[in-house]
Amino acid sequence: MVATTQAENEQDEQPVITVKGLVNRFGSVIVHEDLDLTLKQGEILGVVGGSGTGKSVLLRSIVGLKRPNGGTIDVLGSRLNELNEQQRSQVERRFGVLFQRGALFSSLNLQENVALPLIEHAKLSRKDAEYLARIKLSLVGLPAKAALQFPESLSGGMVKRAALARALALDPDILFLDEPTAGLDPIGAAAFDQLLVTLRDALGFSVFLVTHDLDTLYAACDRVAVLSQKRVLVADTLENVANTDDEWVQAYFNGPRGRAAQYAANASTSGLKE
Amino acid sequence: MPNEWITRESGNLSLQHEWTLVHYQALTSLVARYGDTAKNHAVSLGGITQLDTAGAALIVKLLGIENAKQQAANSLPTKQQALLVRVAEAMETPLDVEPANNNRIVDALATVGQQMVGLWSQQRQLLAFIGLVLATLFSLLFRPHRWRFTATIAHIHSSGLNAVPIVALLTFMVGAVVAFLGATVLQDFGATVYTIDLVAFSFLREFGVLLAAILLAGRTASAFTAQLGAMKSNEEIDALQAQGLDPIELLVLPRVIALLISLPLLAFVGMLSGLVGGAMVATLSLDISISQFMTTLQKDVSVSHFLVGLSKAPVFAFVIGVIGCLEGFKVSGSAQSVGSHTTSSVVQSIFMVILIDALAALFFMELGW
Repeated sequence: MVATTQAENEQDEQPVITVKGLVNRFGSVIVHEDLDLTLKQGEILGVVGGSGTGKSVLLRSIVGLKRPNGGTIDVLGSRLNELNEQQRSQVERRFGVLFQRGALFSSLNLQENVALPLIEHAKLSRKDAEYLARIKLSLVGLPAKAALQFPESLSGGMVKRAALARALALDPDILFLDEPTAGLDPIGAAAFDQLLVTLRDALGFSVFLVTHDLDTLYAACDRVAVLSQKRVLVADTLENVANTDDEWVQAYFNGPRGRAAQYAANASTSGLKE
Repeated sequence: MPNEWITRESGNLSLQHEWTLVHYQALTSLVARYGDTAKNHAVSLGGITQLDTAGAALIVKLLGIENAKQQAANSLPTKQQALLVRVAEAMETPLDVEPANNNRIVDALATVGQQMVGLWSQQRQLLAFIGLVLATLFSLLFRPHRWRFTATIAHIHSSGLNAVPIVALLTFMVGAVVAFLGATVLQDFGATVYTIDLVAFSFLREFGVLLAAILLAGRTASAFTAQLGAMKSNEEIDALQAQGLDPIELLVLPRVIALLISLPLLAFVGMLSGLVGGAMVATLSLDISISQFMTTLQKDVSVSHFLVGLSKAPVFAFVIGVIGCLEGFKVSGSAQSVGSHTTSSVVQSIFMVILIDALAALFFMELGW
C-alpha cells in the first residue's frame, strides 16, 4: 500500500506545502534564512536537525502560530500571508496539529477533547460529535472506556494517541506532528509509527513530522528534510540523505544510534519479505 | 432532494456523491431511513466520489461491520477501501460508554456525604500542616545559618512593601466613611466630637488590622497558591524532595515569616491611614481642628487598644500564609486545579481571618481590655 501511495505522489505535481525563501528572526538571532521546502501530497516528510535549528519554529510558521519575517508559504494552493482572517481560518481547518506534549484541554475528557472541533466547526450536535469522537479514539487504538477519562489520568502514550485523534477530528489534509514519539517507550513509539503509516494510507493525508527519533525516520518517513545552517540542507529519500557529504548528517545517520536504527529497519523489511 | 446520496433501483441501493462530514446531518437521517432496506438488499458503493471518516462511519452503521468490509473490497477504489475497512475495524469495539446509572436522591446524599468528609479532611490537613510548619520553624529557630534571608526579604518586598499603597488608600477611604457615618448619627445627640473616638477605637482595635489582613488574603494567599501550584504541577516540589531538601523549609517558611513581618507593619500603616482619613473629614466638614483631634486622641484612647489590634496581626499572617501554601501543595496537574485551589485559598483565608477576629473580639471584651 505504501508503494501505491508513493507512485501516486510522483504523478501528483502540485505540492501541498511550498515554502520559499522563509526568514525567521527572534531579535538579532536569525533562525531561518532563505529556507525552501516542499511537502508533497500523501507523503510523510520527516524534519530533522540539531537542537535549536528551528524545527519547531518552522512548524509554527507554517501553521500560522508565528508570523515569518520574510518569504512565502503556499499551503493547499493559497498563499498564507495574503489571506484575510476568515480565509485563513478556512485553510487552518484543514490542518491537524499534534503538539509536543499533547496539549489536550485539561478541563475536558477525551471524547469532549475530540468532539470540540466537530461541534465548533462542523456544527454537529453534541451527541453526534461525541459518537464520532469515540470512533476516532478507537481508530487511534484507545479503548472505549478511555473516552470519559481526563487527560491528567493518562499515560504519555495514551496522551499522544488522544492528541492524534483530536488532530484527526476534522479529517485534515495535512497533519503536523511535533516530536510525536518523544517520551514514549520503544514499544509504544514503534506502535505509534505503525499507526501513523496505517492511518496515512487509509485517510490519505500528508504529514509534516518533526522528530529526533531515528527509528521513526526509518519506519514511517517517505522523505527526510535536514535543517542545518538556517536552511534546509537536503530533502530527499532516506538513503540519499544519509549519503550527503555533511558533517552533521554523517554524525546523525552513521553514528552508533543511526546505524542501529538502520540495522533494525533492514532486519524488519527483510523479515517481511520472507 | 435528500435522495441525492442514496438511490434505489429495483430494490437495490446505490450510494453516491460526497459522504463527508459537511453533510453529516442529512446523511444520518438517510441512514436511519434506509437502515432496514440495506439489510436485505444489495448495496453498491461505486458512486461515492468523496469519503471521510464521518461518512465511512455512517456507511458502516448502514451496512453493518462485516458487510461494510466486503462491500468495500468489491466496489471502492484502494484508498477509500482502506479507509472504510479501518473505520469498520475501529467500530468493532463497543463504542457506547454511558456514565453509571444515577438516582438523584442517592446522588444528593452522596454529594452531601462527600462534602462533609471533604470538609473534615480539609480541616485535619490544615491542622497537620500547621503542626508541620511550626515543628520546622522551631527546629530551625536556633540554627541561624539555615535561615533563608534572601528569599524572606524578597517575599517581604513583594507581599509587604508593594502592598503599602493599596492598604493605605483603602483604609484612608474607609476611615473617611466611618467618620461621616459617625458624624451623621452623633449629630442628633450633639456629640459630634465623639466621631474622633469612634474612628480611633474602630481603626486601632479592628479595622486597621482586619482590612490589611483581608487585602493580604486576596493579594498574597492567592499568589502563594499559584506559585506553589505551578511548581507542584511542574514536579519542582518532587525534585526538591528527591534531592533531600525540605520544601517546607525552602518554600513555606520564607513565605510565612515574610507575612509575619509584613502584616503587623501593614496593619500599622492601615491604622494611621484610617486615622488620617477620619481626621480629614473631621477638619474639613465637622469643624473639629487638627489639634483638637490630636488632644482627644491622646486623652480618650489608651495605648492598649493599639496593642489589642496589633496582637491579632501575627495570627492572621500565619493563617493566611499557611492556607495559601497548603492549597498550593494540593494542586494536582491540571490548569483547572490551580484555579480552583487559588479560589479556595482566598475564600478560606478570608473566612478564617474574620472568624478569628470575631472570637478575638469576644475574648478581649470578656477580659475588659
